[in-house]
Amino acid sequence: MKKSELIKPKAYMNPYLAGFLLGLVLLATIYITGRGLGASGAFKSVVIASVETIAPSHAESTTYYTDFKAENPEGPWKNFLVFEIFGVLAGAFFSGVLANRTGLKLEKGPRVTNAVRIGGAILGGALFGYGSQLGRGCTSGSALSGMAVLSLGGILTMLAIFGGAYALAYFFRKLWLK
Amino acid sequence: MGPLVPYIISEEFSLVIAFFLGIAFGFILEQAGFSSTKKLIGLFYGYDFTVLRVFFTAGITAMAGVLLMGHYGILDLSVIYVNPTFLKSALLGGLIMGAGFIIGGFCPGTSVCALAIGKLDALAFVFGAILGVWGFIESFPLVENLYNANNMGMVRISDYLGMSNITFGFLLALMAVGAFVATWFIENKVNNRESKIEPAKRNRYALAAASVFVVLAVVAFLPGKQDIINMRIAEAKRQQTCVFKEIPADKLADEIVNNYYALNIIDVRSPQEFEEFHLPMAINIPFENMMERQYEPLFRQRLKNNIFYADSDTLVRMACLKAKYIGKSENMIMRESAREFREMFYLTEAPSPDAPKNELQTYTFRTTAARKMDNLVEALKNIGAPVKREVVEVKGGC
Repeated sequence: MKKSELIKPKAYMNPYLAGFLLGLVLLATIYITGRGLGASGAFKSVVIASVETIAPSHAESTTYYTDFKAENPEGPWKNFLVFEIFGVLAGAFFSGVLANRTGLKLEKGPRVTNAVRIGGAILGGALFGYGSQLGRGCTSGSALSGMAVLSLGGILTMLAIFGGAYALAYFFRKLWLK
Repeated sequence: MGPLVPYIISEEFSLVIAFFLGIAFGFILEQAGFSSTKKLIGLFYGYDFTVLRVFFTAGITAMAGVLLMGHYGILDLSVIYVNPTFLKSALLGGLIMGAGFIIGGFCPGTSVCALAIGKLDALAFVFGAILGVWGFIESFPLVENLYNANNMGMVRISDYLGMSNITFGFLLALMAVGAFVATWFIENKVNNRESKIEPAKRNRYALAAASVFVVLAVVAFLPGKQDIINMRIAEAKRQQTCVFKEIPADKLADEIVNNYYALNIIDVRSPQEFEEFHLPMAINIPFENMMERQYEPLFRQRLKNNIFYADSDTLVRMACLKAKYIGKSENMIMRESAREFREMFYLTEAPSPDAPKNELQTYTFRTTAARKMDNLVEALKNIGAPVKREVVEVKGGC
């Protein structure tokens, strides 16, 4: 009983305080680099590096890869967002350890099986990945960073992401609710 | 003046900084609870609005900070990356991401956070996202037209709506505060809690919200860096208190011939006038463009003297004053105008042989100096030209 008390996860940070701190990190990023934070760009680097390693001939004959190579002569890894995402992994892990939240776990709605949750996560991830490339950025790179610099495209993407999710929430309620 | 990359911090070193910024980003996301899919999804079923609170607060904080820093000339708003707007792909991409959010329970950034603390569903989401990105790349030729349709460029929403940045900032902050209050009531209703808040806590929140509006009001109503400099110029002009170091044209010509490397000769007239005639070795910085970032090092350095000239006495004095407020370099003005300089050195006619001796001497000096200056320009036309600092467009991307 005592042991479970000890490893009880700590409470989350006040959301407004967290938002304020996140805003300062975003502001620092803009001040230092002139652009905002991001995430899905790092995924793109992973994809491009993998394809270039596994199927070099395909990468050489496809315009998208050759264009990317021309624009990023240093290669897909030497990228601001890749380094940032490695930082995110480290920072989140550090926070999780401090708050006793680490450990292998599958989080899911009460009515779904593990297989459904995994399948849903892969499908949702695929949609998000596809959409982030089409929309030129995800929740961090387009919506959040776009809001900070008042980008029209960023704010429209933000409205579309949250609007789309709200519109579909009813149809997928069985995934999440009792 | 920011952004620091690439002039003050190199692209290479910015990668190291990216790692540390990422640590802070990940730490805060995890602390806020974004590593839990139930907490994220609560937004869409009304039982937990944490995402909206964190997201909106962060956006407003950064926006107010960007506007404030731009106002005081700490950050150059004209070069920071404003995500370009492609109407169709932004909306369609957003809708697809919305579907991904409600089905998968994460967004890319939060999935990485959740993965870091061992969530297996996040691992599946990251795997799916990589597949999705790959799918997009492979199917790119099919969607290329849609992807590039309705390009509106790097447009700000405030410009699109025809209002100032700060007006939109006010509206966005008001919307955020309204949303925070409304969602608090909704959340309490969904979770069957009473909508009560301790007075102390309520006051703290009110204070925090008020401080955002104070920052925005500072930007809106107090004079910024540009205004302060313009005010000072106008003041000094009125009071005539500023003593200008003047240099006569003859002395300047001598300096050019012998010490050209210790001078920056700055023509503050328009490019057309500069094109028509300019002093040897002069560079052109039109008065209106003096505040541009690419010229800043010129007004901050202390190795060379800046010598300003124009055709109008007022213009050259204002330019010299402006330079004084931008940096700490040694600034002088040429006593004569550009037109007079041209007449003295290049359009002069030989005096009659029986003219007074000093007139003859002056003539000889000026023609020799003119010839030497031309030789100098010819000799240095490749190496002497100031290195042009291109304004680098910051590339962003996600």
